[in-house]
Amino acid sequence: MRPGLVIAVLALVLLAASLASLGLGRYEIPALRVVRILLSGIVPSDIGLSEIERNVVFNVRLPRILTAICAGAGLALCGAALQGVFRNPLVGPHIIGVSSGAAFGGTLAILLSGSQSLLLLLAFAFGVLSLLMVYALHALVGRRDMLALVLAGVIIGGFFAALVSLAQYLADTEEKLPRIVFWLLGSFATADYDKLRLMLGPVVLGGLLLMLLRWRINILSLGDDDAQALGISVAGTRWLILVLIGLIVSAQVAVSGVIGWVGLVVPHMARMLVGPDHRPLLPASMLAGALYMVLIDDLARTITDSEIPLGILTALLGAPIFALIFFRSQRGGRGHV
Amino acid sequence: MSEAVVPEPMIVIARAGHSYDGKRWQYRGLDLAVARGEVVAVLGPNGRGKSTLLRSIVGLNRPTSGTIRTNGPVGFVPQDFSTPFPYSVLDIVLMGRARHVHALKVPGRRDIAIARKSLAALDIEAFAERQFDSLSGGERQLALIARALASECPILLLDEPASALDLKNQDLVLGFIRRIAGSEGLTVVFTTHQPNHALAVADRALLMGEGDRTLIGDLASVMTESNLAALYHVPVRMIGYEEEGAELTTFAPTFRSQLERARSLGSANEGEP
Repeated sequence: MRPGLVIAVLALVLLAASLASLGLGRYEIPALRVVRILLSGIVPSDIGLSEIERNVVFNVRLPRILTAICAGAGLALCGAALQGVFRNPLVGPHIIGVSSGAAFGGTLAILLSGSQSLLLLLAFAFGVLSLLMVYALHALVGRRDMLALVLAGVIIGGFFAALVSLAQYLADTEEKLPRIVFWLLGSFATADYDKLRLMLGPVVLGGLLLMLLRWRINILSLGDDDAQALGISVAGTRWLILVLIGLIVSAQVAVSGVIGWVGLVVPHMARMLVGPDHRPLLPASMLAGALYMVLIDDLARTITDSEIPLGILTALLGAPIFALIFFRSQRGGRGHV
Repeated sequence: MSEAVVPEPMIVIARAGHSYDGKRWQYRGLDLAVARGEVVAVLGPNGRGKSTLLRSIVGLNRPTSGTIRTNGPVGFVPQDFSTPFPYSVLDIVLMGRARHVHALKVPGRRDIAIARKSLAALDIEAFAERQFDSLSGGERQLALIARALASECPILLLDEPASALDLKNQDLVLGFIRRIAGSEGLTVVFTTHQPNHALAVADRALLMGEGDRTLIGDLASVMTESNLAALYHVPVRMIGYEEEGAELTTFAPTFRSQLERARSLGSANEGEP
């Protein structure tokens, strides 16, 4: 199938899955009725729609599903871009230390107060701060290569992970610790339009710029020397891409906690569909990531009576899927994982 | 105002040297100006800094002393490279267009047409959709040359462009170098281990000897039996012959193993009644 067609199909499937998900839950609504409710939001009409239904769709599920779409699309896009920039199909958004930084910011906020807006603010701020620290450390080392950058990411990420543990150790076990743990495991359960708005800015802006840079990622993926010899500014372009990724990941963690594996696994699935060229790969990853996240969130809120944290599901599903991709690629003799 | 207009050289290397550790010099005290449309062959034993010199001219490592200036962008053909992603040959060649495509845009129809034309120039259109790393070493080299051609740089540097090629493709690449320098006025610098490649296409040769003993000059003055023998520590003969009515010369190295074998065969023959 041609990449353009795959992308179109993914978009349609995402739309269908989102509509179905809007009807899914303890209060079930058939898909057609969901469409009518959504239309009533644009063209007001009362054709026997109950307030409860409208409330469930517009105020509970729609913000939640849109948040899932944003988070999944953002994470998968970041993963695909990072794998290209680092020439390593095994990296994900965690590699540059931003997730850990944002995780610590959120943890600190919970430790200090119950304020939701402080959580968003600190998670975002520490996510960006960790990126700046990675940059500073990398600059101090004085080497402009990729390995030094990954190492800086691992160091800063490890440092903030330790701070998260420290905060958990200090947290009071009755109230704060469960909140921290639940938040860290990731969830869209508390999604609302305010949070969605906070996430939308960085994800749309960062996502748009990353999409525009998608062919440059092809060139960066050839390696520093080759890319530079082809006449592009390697260090500058790479940092621009990392800053955009930092923004997206910080916003995602701030709103919905740490969600692992999506940024690692989804780009591989997308690569199987459209090939390695980042021109179709980035949009395909974005759509596939959104779809994956919507489906995972459906599972999270419907499997049991209580919510299952997303981080658990993404890891439980992500690990075997990744193993399968790895197995297939090795057996295929290409070894491109 | 009566002076003839001397075209500005495309590459100017002035007292340039490069050392990774400040003790051992890859090359040193090098002076060279390469004119538009000129082809320079760089010869020297392994590890004598040929690749380092090319990388300095491209701008991948600064000379540690002296200066290197180029008059325009430089296209570079590395010896080989690998990618972790299974890009098609066309994808790879298209990336040669990086200089001409805005950072926030993707290559357009014209870029793709130029990439295909470059593939055709190297006679590898048939590889366009194949995976780059499924090609043989020689085929990859041709694809990388096509990529450099697609970059439309006035200066082209090739690091051992013919080292992995069979005779037919050596002929193809050498003909290609002659053609782009002659009819399109590109300035070409290439490294090679084959003195005959220098004879085939170069206007001048640069012999990188031990220390800063480099020789630069036209082929007749530099490419001599004694210079090459001193460079490689292998006896080299220059042999003249006629082919299709043209007077040609070729360099023949004397490999010690062949010499000893011939001697032992000779003494064995003498022993026969």
